[in-house]
Amino acid sequence: MAKTILDFEKPIYELEEKLAEMKKVSDNLDIAGEIKIIEDKVETLKESIYKGLTRWQRVQLARHPERPYTLDYIYMMTQNFLELHGDRTFGDDKAIVGGFAKIDDHKVMIIGHQKGRDTKSNLFRNFGMPNPEGYRKALRLMKLAEKFHRPIITMIDTPGAYPGLEAEERGQAEAIARNLLEMSRLKVPIVVVIVGEGASGGALGIGIGDRILMLENTWYSVISPESCSSILWRSWEYKEQAAEALRLTAPDLLEQKVIDRIVPEPLGGAHKDQELAASILKKVLIEELQQLEKIKPEKLVDMRLEKFGKMGAWIE
Amino acid sequence: MSWFKRSKKNFSDDTQKMDLPDGMWMKCPECDEIIHKKQLESNLWTCVKCSYHFRIGSEEYIKVILDEGSFKEINKKMRSADPLEFSDTKKYSLRVNDAIKKTELYDAIRTGTGTINGKEISFGCMDFKFIGGSMGSVVGEKIARLIDKSIKSKIPLVLISSSGGARMMEGVLSLMQMAKTSARLAKLADLGIPYISILTDPTTGGITASYAMLGDVNIAEPKALIGFAGPRVIKQTIGKDLPKGFQTAEFLQEHGFIDRVVSRKELKNTLFTLLEFLN
Repeated sequence: MAKTILDFEKPIYELEEKLAEMKKVSDNLDIAGEIKIIEDKVETLKESIYKGLTRWQRVQLARHPERPYTLDYIYMMTQNFLELHGDRTFGDDKAIVGGFAKIDDHKVMIIGHQKGRDTKSNLFRNFGMPNPEGYRKALRLMKLAEKFHRPIITMIDTPGAYPGLEAEERGQAEAIARNLLEMSRLKVPIVVVIVGEGASGGALGIGIGDRILMLENTWYSVISPESCSSILWRSWEYKEQAAEALRLTAPDLLEQKVIDRIVPEPLGGAHKDQELAASILKKVLIEELQQLEKIKPEKLVDMRLEKFGKMGAWIE
Repeated sequence: MSWFKRSKKNFSDDTQKMDLPDGMWMKCPECDEIIHKKQLESNLWTCVKCSYHFRIGSEEYIKVILDEGSFKEINKKMRSADPLEFSDTKKYSLRVNDAIKKTELYDAIRTGTGTINGKEISFGCMDFKFIGGSMGSVVGEKIARLIDKSIKSKIPLVLISSSGGARMMEGVLSLMQMAKTSARLAKLADLGIPYISILTDPTTGGITASYAMLGDVNIAEPKALIGFAGPRVIKQTIGKDLPKGFQTAEFLQEHGFIDRVVSRKELKNTLFTLLEFLN
């Protein structure tokens, strides 16, 4: 696959290309000094670009086509992943995957949205947009985990629940609503991590938990910046402003007390070093699981209710 | 030019939004019957000829459902804190102020207690006219506290929904109100206290995808638009017109998500009968 370069990354790639050319000819010329200068320049440029990302640029990174997806993380972080299919009612939704896995010595149920890499796999995965049976499969697996006292990890990466005809017929709204209610009272620890896009109800449908984490370059909001732009500005052109207004990045959500922790990514995004990204996330997940496993199930449920009960801002 | 082009000819014009205009005479948008306001009110805001259900708000539903004078409002003056200091073409704080002035409400829901034929309930009713009945922190918090009231007083909960969904201008905090209300409903359910959800025109988005669909019994008014995604979005996704009657109350009953479609005139009696079974 051709490398995807985002518009704001172009200066870095241009400089890197120049550097590569210089290295090619450096055998004949004595330019080691100049190369060193350019190398330093590349590093400084990377730092300044990636540390000062706008909200819209982070949205772009969250959607980067080379970014690791749920199954990539599962294969990099866990052993013995045993995928389980189907909602026992209608079918098997490919936009949500799940199954048992071992992460270090924790036996967990791990569930997440799954996007595709190319046209074919994206059609297979419905671009990571679940139908109702996806949410119902997720809930079935979560109840299975509860029955056998296994903690749950959910990974969120969706442009939204699928807005289709059949999705409505089969109760997209009911499926999501049911998950919110049931997840809030599951008697096992739940760790939620947003690994890419967290678009509205389609994300929240597997997003109730005891700890909510966000990778550094992800977004989570009530609506996508594009849709927000089209509704409030009545044009698709205001996505950057909408992203700013929605305050949808990980630091924003930490400030709004919606998430508990930001998981750092390699410089430039998780796709720049997938193994490193996965190993950082793995370490964090294990820490969280260890903490949560000490808490009694009833207490855990009470704390979860209280956690979501506190969210919001109002004046009385 | 894009590779895939959607044909415009598959689309018909969107149906017009209908609200109560001012004046003493009303025209039924369904059958064109001219009805006097007094007549309409005594007919519980349904058409005398074709029984079309006009869109109404909390003030009217309190009259339709609760015993006269029994409604005691709680948390009346709770209002939005504009946590994001949100602004699009207009500042959200101004939008809220304007809505308060225009509707004489503080947000898109009123909550409290009241009686149905003497039976005490917790009662919440949304108002579509307040920023499209959208749910932000205030709606979520008021519902959560109403559920707490049900729990504390051991009285059934009745919620009337009428909303376009979660409120964009409070960002992810609006989304979290879906979680907050649904989690609280789980607690209510664990304690065996009944919850009846009434879905009216329109109930879509995050409201349908949280408390509106979670009743022990879900009731809808005839022909109410109910769904997750709005019809326009679905139309764009599939690239053609939607089948007739798609996303109506009757459609949802047919597909198993609404227990009963109940006309406004039967609403109070149906609630009373149900509560006798549930309580």
